[in-house]
Amino acid sequence: MDLNYSPDEITFRDTVRAWLGENLPAELREKIVAYDHFTRDELLAWHHILARKGWIAPAWPREWGGNNWGPVQRYIFEEECGYAGAPPLVPFGLAMCGPVLIRFGTAQQKAHFLPRIYNGDDFWCQGYSEPGSGSDLASLKTRAVRSGDHYVVTGQKTWTTLAHYADWIFCLVRTGEADQKKQDGISFLLIDMKTPGITVRPLVLMDGGHEVNEVFFDEVKVPTANRVHDEGAGWTVAKFLLSHERMNTARIGTSRRELERLKEFAARQRKNGRPLIEDPRFRDKLTRLEVELTALSITNLRFLDQLRGGRVPGAEISMLKIRGTEIQQMLTELMMQAAGPLAQPLAPLGEAVDFDLFTAGLAPRYANFRKTSIYAGSNEIQRNIIAKMSLGL
Amino acid sequence: MDFEFSNEQKLLGESVRRFVARDYTFEARSRILASPSGMSDAAWQAFADLGLLAIALPEDVDGFGGGAVDLLSTMEAIGEALVLEPFLPTVCLGAQLVVRAGNAAQKREILPAVAAGTRKLAFAFTESGSRYDLAHVELQARREGDHYRLDGAKRVVLGGAVAHTFIVCARTAGEAAGRDGISLFVVDHAQHGMARTDYRTLDGTVACDLRFEAALVPAGALLGAPGAALPAIEACIDFATALVCAEAVGAMKFANETTLEYLKTRKQFGVPIGSFQALQHRMVDMVIAQEQSRSMASLACVRVDSENDPVERARAVSAAKIKIADSCRLISQESVQLHGGMGMTEELKVSHTFRRLTMIAQQFGDADHHLERYASAGHQARGR
Repeated sequence: MDLNYSPDEITFRDTVRAWLGENLPAELREKIVAYDHFTRDELLAWHHILARKGWIAPAWPREWGGNNWGPVQRYIFEEECGYAGAPPLVPFGLAMCGPVLIRFGTAQQKAHFLPRIYNGDDFWCQGYSEPGSGSDLASLKTRAVRSGDHYVVTGQKTWTTLAHYADWIFCLVRTGEADQKKQDGISFLLIDMKTPGITVRPLVLMDGGHEVNEVFFDEVKVPTANRVHDEGAGWTVAKFLLSHERMNTARIGTSRRELERLKEFAARQRKNGRPLIEDPRFRDKLTRLEVELTALSITNLRFLDQLRGGRVPGAEISMLKIRGTEIQQMLTELMMQAAGPLAQPLAPLGEAVDFDLFTAGLAPRYANFRKTSIYAGSNEIQRNIIAKMSLGL
Repeated sequence: MDFEFSNEQKLLGESVRRFVARDYTFEARSRILASPSGMSDAAWQAFADLGLLAIALPEDVDGFGGGAVDLLSTMEAIGEALVLEPFLPTVCLGAQLVVRAGNAAQKREILPAVAAGTRKLAFAFTESGSRYDLAHVELQARREGDHYRLDGAKRVVLGGAVAHTFIVCARTAGEAAGRDGISLFVVDHAQHGMARTDYRTLDGTVACDLRFEAALVPAGALLGAPGAALPAIEACIDFATALVCAEAVGAMKFANETTLEYLKTRKQFGVPIGSFQALQHRMVDMVIAQEQSRSMASLACVRVDSENDPVERARAVSAAKIKIADSCRLISQESVQLHGGMGMTEELKVSHTFRRLTMIAQQFGDADHHLERYASAGHQARGR
């Protein structure tokens, strides 16, 4: 038993780390450090840097630009990016639509879309959830009616992350009859966001940020050539995609960086004349969090070791999502607590001459991170998955 | 990175699991529990014959030269079967102290007998006022000619009721909580001037309290240099803590498996109770706690074998014990709760697993103790 990386893996890690040190633009890293939101151009700038390096889609097959990294190398790469403070890679094209097209797309769809996703020419978003279909995704109502060589799509999607930046949306729509089993009448469409009849309306969250949207479809014409897989086979595509969506939710590198920041921050705050980090009540919470993160990183490596041995990932992914998001949330909560009364100011009225933007960002961030246990399959849904898939309940 | 056991470790693990599955069933264990000594000589001899008592002994004293990782699957099997025999006190505590602190003659005298199963050991370190502080030693040892005179008391000596030989830590110099001045002595169970009070603990294993009044032990009974035993004691307790974490993982595995089985078979309102989401989600959290505990037990065992820096070793072991203590509590309580009234009864093994997990949560320090130790070790690490 050896919990350390092999010499080859360490060389790989050092290569990635050194490259990030030289190629991650300081202004992007500083936005991460300041808990700031990224513009479309900033997100794409980082995408383009990785695409030029050939590291943007490691898991794709070689013919489409993948680079044969094994699960351990992909994990190391993602963790190093997170730890270094690189902007998040928007997953909708790279990790969702891309793998779906590789698995189910026609030759024309692959040839057209995959290079554009790889190079970051198109910004993608995901049209899954609807007002009445959250955890019960298969109950979706957005309807696509066949009319010659195109579908006419009418309905509404919601929680659509970054739809206001997007050029394209992939959507689950209902093409079947009302009396069918609800999973059977669903199809998977690729829709150009510039098509007439599409309206995007922002959903501002409680931290004041604009990440998600409602997307309305009013008789939107979509060529049948933009349907992926057979008509009515959308649920098969959706299930395939969901297993991809949950691959990288532990976010251990990011949490390790945040834990270090929390320690530094708590060491600077004072309580009873001593550094807050020495306060037993605060320190115990911090230690339990650090232990939980250590345990999760080893659990993650154990699963990777099994993957490398040829096992297919199953319900373990759900476990990583549950614990990983709980840790992320606890980090934001302790950071807010560490600021004490200074966590209350939110935004300056007028000119911010002497206003501490950093502490002002902590409470909104805490509020924002409540999303992590809700999105990508709520943590309750993840527990259902484990109960069903691995415990047989 | 490799989480697999070596082939030798796998074979050993399989042989232990085969043995407990065949000869250490819950019924067999219940008979041992009801016997006056609370342990089985036949089972102990079987452990010796399987080589389990010699895994972590040096090769020159009939051992296999292994470490904590080599003992990991054995401890897990012991936890799963709720083995009552004093494996932890003898193999993980007493013998390890002799390995780490003893001279050649002491090793030759004691360790081959341990390997052969003819000598059981116990480590007497806890005192009424010590709580989990290993440096808090009040029991006095004064040099008198060719002897040391021991006066004082020890509490909760694990396995003490059936031990042939005690390793006793005593103060030869300094104040009660001072790091210097602590010495180890090898003391025979029939030592004149030593009174023993034997008892059972909640988990069914046996232990004892010891009282020393003018007990004269020969100077040759000193194990290691006088006054300098604390580092070896700390290393040994870390070793045993890592392995009790592995034992806990085995006990958690049983508790979770039997609870899952119960959820699938017990019916109420015409359906298996496992169809209720409120119970499913609690079961899932128990399984996650077990997986996280397994990760931390592995980390602790690897570190006690390979980490030379005692501060880093302490941090890894304390981190593991924090996680294991929390998980012991969660899984023991929930496994009983999900069994309903049946989980409370003597006749179901899960109630015995509850008792062992409850004891392990506090053995060698509860979560609060290790939270404090982890933080202060962090200070030391940063200060250097």
